[in-house]
Amino acid sequence: MKGWMGKFRALGIFGFLMLVLSGCGKENLSALTPKGYGSKAALNLINISLGVMIFVFIVVMVIYAIVIVRFRKKKGREDYIPPQTEGNKALEVIWTVIPIILLVIIAIPTVAITFDLADESAADESLNVNVTGNQFWWHFNYEGEEIQTSQDLYIPTGEKVYLNMKTSDVLHSFWVPALSGKMDLHPENENTMYIQADEEGVYDGKCAEFCGTSHSLMDFKVIAVSPEEFDQWVEDMQNVDPEAQPETADAQEGQQLFQDNSCIGCHAIGASPAATGPNLTNFGDRTTLAGVKEHTKDNIVDWIMDPESMKPGNKMADANYDVSREEAEKIADYLLQLQPSDITPESAETNE
Amino acid sequence: MSTAVAQKKGFGAFIWDYLTTVDHKKIAHLYLVAGGLFFLVGGLEALLIRIQLIKPDNDFVSAGFYNELLTMHGTTMIFLAAMPLIFAIMNAVVPLQIGARDVAFPFLNSLGFWLFLFGGLILNCGWFLGGAPDAGWTAYAPLSTVSPGHGVDFYVLGLQISGAGTLIGGINFLVTIINMRAPGMTYMRMPLFTWTALVTSTLILFAFPALTVGLFLLMFDRLFGSGFFNASMGGNSVIWEHLFWIFGHPEVYILILPAFGVFSDVLSTFSKKRLFGYTAMVFATTLIGFLGFMVWAHHMFATGLGPAANSIFAIATMAIAVPTGIKIFNWLFTLWGGTITINSAMLWALGFIPSFTIGGTTGVMLAAAAADYQYHDTYFVVAHFHYVIVGGVVFGLFAAMHYWWPKMFGKVLNETLGQITFWTFFTGFHLTFFIQHFLGLMGMPRRYWTFLPGQHLETGNLVSSIGAFLMAIGAIVFVINVIYTSVKAPKVSGDPWDGRTLEWSIPSPPPHYNFKQTPLVRGLDPLWIEKMEGRKGITPAEPLDDIHMPNPSILPFIMSLGLFIAGFGFIYQVDNLSYLWLVILGMGITLGCMLTRSVKDDLGHHIHKEDLEKEGAEQ
Repeated sequence: MKGWMGKFRALGIFGFLMLVLSGCGKENLSALTPKGYGSKAALNLINISLGVMIFVFIVVMVIYAIVIVRFRKKKGREDYIPPQTEGNKALEVIWTVIPIILLVIIAIPTVAITFDLADESAADESLNVNVTGNQFWWHFNYEGEEIQTSQDLYIPTGEKVYLNMKTSDVLHSFWVPALSGKMDLHPENENTMYIQADEEGVYDGKCAEFCGTSHSLMDFKVIAVSPEEFDQWVEDMQNVDPEAQPETADAQEGQQLFQDNSCIGCHAIGASPAATGPNLTNFGDRTTLAGVKEHTKDNIVDWIMDPESMKPGNKMADANYDVSREEAEKIADYLLQLQPSDITPESAETNE
Repeated sequence: MSTAVAQKKGFGAFIWDYLTTVDHKKIAHLYLVAGGLFFLVGGLEALLIRIQLIKPDNDFVSAGFYNELLTMHGTTMIFLAAMPLIFAIMNAVVPLQIGARDVAFPFLNSLGFWLFLFGGLILNCGWFLGGAPDAGWTAYAPLSTVSPGHGVDFYVLGLQISGAGTLIGGINFLVTIINMRAPGMTYMRMPLFTWTALVTSTLILFAFPALTVGLFLLMFDRLFGSGFFNASMGGNSVIWEHLFWIFGHPEVYILILPAFGVFSDVLSTFSKKRLFGYTAMVFATTLIGFLGFMVWAHHMFATGLGPAANSIFAIATMAIAVPTGIKIFNWLFTLWGGTITINSAMLWALGFIPSFTIGGTTGVMLAAAAADYQYHDTYFVVAHFHYVIVGGVVFGLFAAMHYWWPKMFGKVLNETLGQITFWTFFTGFHLTFFIQHFLGLMGMPRRYWTFLPGQHLETGNLVSSIGAFLMAIGAIVFVINVIYTSVKAPKVSGDPWDGRTLEWSIPSPPPHYNFKQTPLVRGLDPLWIEKMEGRKGITPAEPLDDIHMPNPSILPFIMSLGLFIAGFGFIYQVDNLSYLWLVILGMGITLGCMLTRSVKDDLGHHIHKEDLEKEGAEQ
């Protein structure tokens, strides 16, 4: 059996190397490739604590290895009875005091960063967005801007954006790993956190608090654009004409169908605060359908025909509407041309 | 011995014997079988989860069924597998370690088991009656209060009944250890396993009432229209989180402390040394138990309690690392200078040290509140708690079973099969969970039915699923080992390991009355002391005399059955008020049993001195 330890370690190191080589996860999703204030602070703290803990682990493993190698029962000494040591006060003090010191090293930055990330002193002068979690989609209401969006949250880079979060049903948790840690949404109290993106980009967001059937499909995007682009976007969004006539005939029919089937009863277009279903003002600019599917016309039609199959348990499955596949295609045409702004996810990706 | 007797008496009598038994050794068997079966069920659920996550966008199971699986996996493993298996070991060992003939309340001991079993059955009835619980084992409101169907009702009633059983069991062991120790067995001479059983029982006493209260509130919200957790009625969902974790965090220590005790006994026996720093170990155990009540809100760092609360709970949590570290180093120095025998029991103990150290260090990392905003509710947490619960508790249970199997059944588990179990399970365990730390940080939240392709999560999940199968193979080999051993293995003496503590001074399996004469304890590791002084056994503390033993009773079984029936009444009266008759019937049965127990004197029976002498002569 000797030598297994070595082999095992080698395997461990090899596995670790593979992991490092395969990268730290997907860019703009992984917490290991931070692009924002909160995620960088968190990664710093992770690294500090990981460093200290690796030191502790090595100390334990060194003693462990020595013990296992040196003190195995030896042939010819089967009857040997080792001295029955009761203990050692000095050693007890050492392994009480040193861990305390190590913990203080972790505790100080922990407290500092925890308070820093909860700092709301700049909230009044900053952009505030009211976030509402719903089974299974996100709604964003830009405070004082008359802008409402769902699923896609546009923010300017380089500044703190304060999110005041509440849920309309069960608990959810707002998590954009590459930008910041998460915070839960409760029905009774508003929770506030801030996010700050240091680089432009489309960041993946996820719901992190178990919220029912389609918990795993409640993805959203944070689109960080330059402050100038953001101002442009705000202006465009404020000037949206919800009743604007689409250009193509199909889309015009689609618009009519959208109204005839009372889609508009749940899905607002424009800054109307009604939000039974996701706001569709800039639906044509989205990169994903329902957060998880490719944003293609086919998928949109499939969704309209049978939302349950794409996102089990979502409330549109219970909605009372009856459209044929052709009609659904026209509605999709209408929805896809809802592109009120030149500032789209592409602006965040191309302007490096 | 018990099986031999059963064959003489016939199968019906055998069943009746176990239904009515109040003997702690037989109750240990019951806990072992029931807990073992639930462990296999929970493991099967885990396998289905890992098959679903073997590749992105998989639809092996539906989203709704997946949520039932993850809820039942967690609930089953904690409440129906880990807890009862720990009670199995405590029942089998603690009375023997303190030189007692039974527990303080044999009747309650039996009642505790049957309540646990019937509660567990209710919990699993959901599978066949329209859907199992699906709100997570934490059952956070309002998801748990609005979850349609009766799934969560099975969770509430099942846990309430089995929780009562656990509470009764805890109180029983508390009183047993305080009151029933043999002469000379002072607190500071108790084996570490008994010490951890004492602290764990104390934790049960204080932690489970919080769960009971929480479950009652949830039950009223779901079944009787109250709004404790309903914000629109002025309720508050965060209250459930607090109640659940005020129970839930100590629960972790309720599970892990007895495992610590097992390792302390195993490491000391197989390195042929007394436990290094016994006093420090005892204080570390009690300190962990005490601090365990101060840290529940570290499960709620993302709840938004504010930076002050988060910092306080972060530092309190880190503080627990100190006594835990003390334990790790004392175990290492118990081995230091010893003469180490490596067998299956010892392998689990040695495998535990690095595994648990990883779980402990990630625990400190999780305690750093601001960093936890990233870890929270991701696979990092999943990895961490499996490292402590599998790497600590399950390894501890395996070590305990290999170590005390001969004491419980008179046979040593097969060594080759034992080593195969260890190596497959150990390798599988690290394959499954180590990589999950990274999955979590790479953006995979826990409780995800599926993950999307192109997010660099494929490899990690595949590796993890492969590991899960290795663990399953290990567990199956263990079951084979148990069957093989009970059929093929030869009987062994009462002391196959050259043991140090009292349980090894009596035959294996022990006679009904454990100790013919109550032993006199002259120090820590009493049997070792006698051996070192050249004596064969323990000096008795009393002359041979009649032994007073409790009578068996069917009442605990019927009492629990009553609550089982009433549970269904409570659940279904929402649909149809006539189900209230089931409540009345079930509660009537239970209360009737309690009345019978109260008015009917049951003074137990005596085993006469002459019979004891005869038995002695036969041996």
